[in-house]
Amino acid sequence: MTFQAGEVLPEQVFQVTRADLVRYAGASGDFNPIHWSERTALSVGLPGVIAHGMFTMALAGQAVAKWAGTGDTVVDFGVRFIRPVPVPDTDEGTSLSFTGVVKSADDDFALVEITAMCGTERVLAQARAKVKQRISH
Amino acid sequence: MPLDQSFLGRSYPPTAPYQVGREKIREFATAVGAEDPLHHDADAAKAAGYPDVVAPPTFPIVITMAALKGIVLDPALGIDYSRVVHGDQRFSYVRPVVAGDELVVVNHIEEIMTRAGNDFLTTRQEVRTTTGELVVTVWHKTVVRGDAA
Repeated sequence: MTFQAGEVLPEQVFQVTRADLVRYAGASGDFNPIHWSERTALSVGLPGVIAHGMFTMALAGQAVAKWAGTGDTVVDFGVRFIRPVPVPDTDEGTSLSFTGVVKSADDDFALVEITAMCGTERVLAQARAKVKQRISH
Repeated sequence: MPLDQSFLGRSYPPTAPYQVGREKIREFATAVGAEDPLHHDADAAKAAGYPDVVAPPTFPIVITMAALKGIVLDPALGIDYSRVVHGDQRFSYVRPVVAGDELVVVNHIEEIMTRAGNDFLTTRQEVRTTTGELVVTVWHKTVVRGDAA
């Protein structure tokens, strides 16, 4: 798709379970135990095992890919992590939802501002992706 | 403990080359739910003009986080790793990472500051091919929570 300035992008929801965190740990090489050990997470004052910030960012990137219709459009991508994403040890885990607004757009690029929510809490701030407008392939 | 300000502006020699493998990209893409065939199917990637499968946007973290470890764990800098949280992250791409890339990382310490009892370390990492082509620049802000935080 081609992004239009002011466009509101539809919510993308991702379910996140402990298994997803373990898989992401292996794929990314980030084995910090706060992302898989309840005991460690509690001992450092966290509410429990939390998702890797970079996993949340990766899912935000997937929301952008879904909005864009392709996985290779992002040319600049930044976020600030403002709240942890606790992932309970249940079959459902938790869910992250992403919405977006196109702040600006021209023939070549669009700037998408992303809102990331875990339940009623925002977990990212200043989450922005600059994307190439759809190239034909 | 405040961080050693003398690290500000420091640059480090390039890391050992990292060979980006097709299966690693597929594994990472699967882990983050990236379903676009560009990440999995070399023919689809080639049809889109790439030499091989394309990494999802945050894939460079696989390389850059490892490259950061030596700095963050350097006792002279003074980071208490048990108090570290990830503050900000940004990637600015010249092009996507693709399978077959051989990448090195050059670390720079861009900012060291203290605010409200917390220490902040911002690094800029240039990710280049072994032939010198800049692929992506990565900023990572590490927050070291103070005693009160």
